Amino acid sequence: MDATTKTNNFKSEEYFINMGPQHPATHGVLRLLLTIDGEIIKKVEPDLGYIHRSIEKMCERDSYQQIVHLTDRMDYLSSHINNEAVCLTVENALKLEIPDRVKVIRTIIAELTRIASHTLWWGVMGMDVGALTTYFYGFRDREMINDIFEETCGARLTMNYNIPGGLMFDIHPNFVKRTKEFIAHFKTKLPEYDTLLTGNIIFQKRMKGIGILSKEDAISFGASGPVGRGSGYSCDVRKHHPYSAYDKVTFNEVLKTEGDTFARYQVRVMEMWESLSIIEQLIDNIPEGDYKVATNVVIKLPEGEYYQKVETARGELGVYIISTGTKNPYRLKFRSPGFSNLSLLNHIAVGGKIGDLVATMATLDLVIPDIDR
Amino acid sequence: MNITKNIHEWLFSLMPETTASIVEMVLIAVIYLAIFAVAGLYLVLLERRVAAWFQLRLGPNRVGYQGLLQTMADALKLVSKELTVTIKADKFLYNLAPYFVIVTALMALSLFPFSKEFQAFDINIGIFFLTAISSIGVIGILLAGWSSNNKFSLIGAMRSGVQTISYELSVGLSLLTMVVMTGSLQLSQIVEVQKSGWLIVQGHIPAIIAFCIYMVAGTAETNRAPFDLVEAESELGAGFHTEYSGMKFAYFFLAEFINMFIIAAIATTIFFGAYLSPFGITESIPLLGVFWFLAKTLALVFLMMWFRWTFPRLRIDQLLVLEWKYLLPLNLMNLILMALMVLLGLTIKF
Amino acid sequence: MSYFSDIYHAVKSLLTGMSVTGKYFLHSRKGAITQQYPENRDTLKMFERFRGEVVMPHDENNMHRCTGCQKCELACPNGSIEIIWDRQIDPETGKKKKMIDKHIYHLGMCTMCGLCIEACPTDAIKWAQNFENSVYDRTQLTKVLNKPGSRLLPGVED
Repeated sequence: MDATTKTNNFKSEEYFINMGPQHPATHGVLRLLLTIDGEIIKKVEPDLGYIHRSIEKMCERDSYQQIVHLTDRMDYLSSHINNEAVCLTVENALKLEIPDRVKVIRTIIAELTRIASHTLWWGVMGMDVGALTTYFYGFRDREMINDIFEETCGARLTMNYNIPGGLMFDIHPNFVKRTKEFIAHFKTKLPEYDTLLTGNIIFQKRMKGIGILSKEDAISFGASGPVGRGSGYSCDVRKHHPYSAYDKVTFNEVLKTEGDTFARYQVRVMEMWESLSIIEQLIDNIPEGDYKVATNVVIKLPEGEYYQKVETARGELGVYIISTGTKNPYRLKFRSPGFSNLSLLNHIAVGGKIGDLVATMATLDLVIPDIDR
Repeated sequence: MNITKNIHEWLFSLMPETTASIVEMVLIAVIYLAIFAVAGLYLVLLERRVAAWFQLRLGPNRVGYQGLLQTMADALKLVSKELTVTIKADKFLYNLAPYFVIVTALMALSLFPFSKEFQAFDINIGIFFLTAISSIGVIGILLAGWSSNNKFSLIGAMRSGVQTISYELSVGLSLLTMVVMTGSLQLSQIVEVQKSGWLIVQGHIPAIIAFCIYMVAGTAETNRAPFDLVEAESELGAGFHTEYSGMKFAYFFLAEFINMFIIAAIATTIFFGAYLSPFGITESIPLLGVFWFLAKTLALVFLMMWFRWTFPRLRIDQLLVLEWKYLLPLNLMNLILMALMVLLGLTIKF
Repeated sequence: MSYFSDIYHAVKSLLTGMSVTGKYFLHSRKGAITQQYPENRDTLKMFERFRGEVVMPHDENNMHRCTGCQKCELACPNGSIEIIWDRQIDPETGKKKKMIDKHIYHLGMCTMCGLCIEACPTDAIKWAQNFENSVYDRTQLTKVLNKPGSRLLPGVED
């Protein structure tokens, strides 16, 4: 045997492995085609379409009131913000003057939604790196928010509380009281998140220095939300293009420059504090007034193209409507944050271990129905 | 105990010597199998209840009083389930693997001095035998991962190999540190030494360090979180036992809990004086030895559960860094420290 | 010496984490968030706005408020509501009038968006708080909301 074949005997071989569509770490039906060399990831290829429900096509069929409830089913963890995006687009197209009360209530519920989404993410994040207890602590706090939603909107997840022109009905009399209770409760529990998980040496070693995304890449991949802000890309729609009541409140845009998994983790935890402070500023000053303005039963948008973007818990959600003046949109396109955030997975996960891939994916905070729509 | 002595004499008076000893062995085996099954099932229940209490839940409380029959029901379900095999699995090895794991766990159980007389197998290389036996279990895991013909299983099995070989070292060395003090490998001798103070008190600082290292390495050897890379639910699904179903899966599952019990029992025997009561308060009642042994062991088992339900999982390279860069050098230093201490007579004896 | 301080900080952070879970373990009785569902059925009350299923309330004379205007059917995004109607002679006025024969509601297709109830001009339908909707056969999920022999409450149309 000559020297070359001898060294080839020790050469490792790449192999292919299917992660998903049924896998605990993909949180849904995402399929990742992994090329692995031992434990090291060589290539990640997401394969989509397992939960495609053609929501955009269904929107072309439905009236503008009906479209709203379909968006609940996209990013189900920030359903209220999705609803808001469609309603804002329609309202802007109709040039409706929305009462301040509606704006403030929308903002409060949107921020509660963001906290609910982030607490769930925090629990699942812990579970992905192996700390199973975080899941229940996260859900405990989320449960309080869900109760607030259930009392006011009638549903816990797919709320469909927004309609073009305002809100479906007024807030429940208990809403303010319950929200204040939640703020007081959550302020004692949020530091616990840090002591349990953030400060843990194993967790820090697992998270720091992996899945590094530079600011340039974040911009070129279209990353948004906490993923972009973890890389130092200031992309908060609430700050740069304020909608609803965000121009009335003061809050900080959380920015981290490291761009690694831990930075994205920190951004989300800090965002919960910011959301709390936004709610605190608004909860005592809900203006009196109507909870909706009257619209025609059949809404017909004037001919033209309309775009509105909002900041969901995952990043920038854009709604693009082409109207031909009929009661249905001619074309409706959602720019969903999860899709662009998923696209950079291959870029940041290559070279890491399998465990790193799971941790990285957890901080991208993917919601698969949002990606597939 | 008088009962065992009576049975022994009764058996030998009844039949010829060879038959009598065979019958006695079978009896002992049956008793230990029963202990094994009961301990395994109730450790599973304990784990589930403890996990629930850490996680603000109630845990299983429907089947029987406070869920005491829950795991029995689970075992019944697992027995009645179909045993599936993947088409391209290596059938022989696939079927062999669970027995490797479970038999080694059972063998290790026979060594422990549950009380002064209650010890099935008191050989003069006790600790050595225990460490040797507990490292055979990994062969079962390797076989399971390899023969399942599943890539996730294979990754899990390879991780298991790496992990167990590394952490075996720390387990062995930390026990060796204590053997320096006892001067014997025989478990009954080791307990005898502890009549003048538990070894963790006798050996103070080095003994405590050895105990900490032992607990970390022991947790790693049982493949439990934070070292559960072998199963790594969020990474590999179920790791090496992905393809196992029914009772074969239950074997792996039970063995994991029995191994946890074994690791805790070794720690109890070596560090905490086995069946000896604290300050000798119940030395006059030898039967209470079983109680003290189980109490100490379960306290350590609880500690391991506490680890599991608090910490995130390590990554494979960090696992090896922890062993080779931290535990091993510390262990070696500790061993020298202990040797010096024994040499200078600095141990505390009552 | 950073080697030993690393170990110290690592162990310290681990113990901090364990103190959090340990605290919850000690208060496990008080802090349990489990709801033991079938047992707490009597005390479990849903919020009054909870969207369980669509129902049509009838008064004691078996009268409902549905005029058969079909606005709910139009508002529904999924076609969950079907109204079979007829023009019948009203016994009171003697004129021909639109009356519902059957108000069919497919619970299996309903997404609980609430648009039908918003659209209803006479408040004929409303949300029920019942959430135990599972059945063995999905045909049972198709419900006729108006009771047999029910009539329109006089005066609703005005």
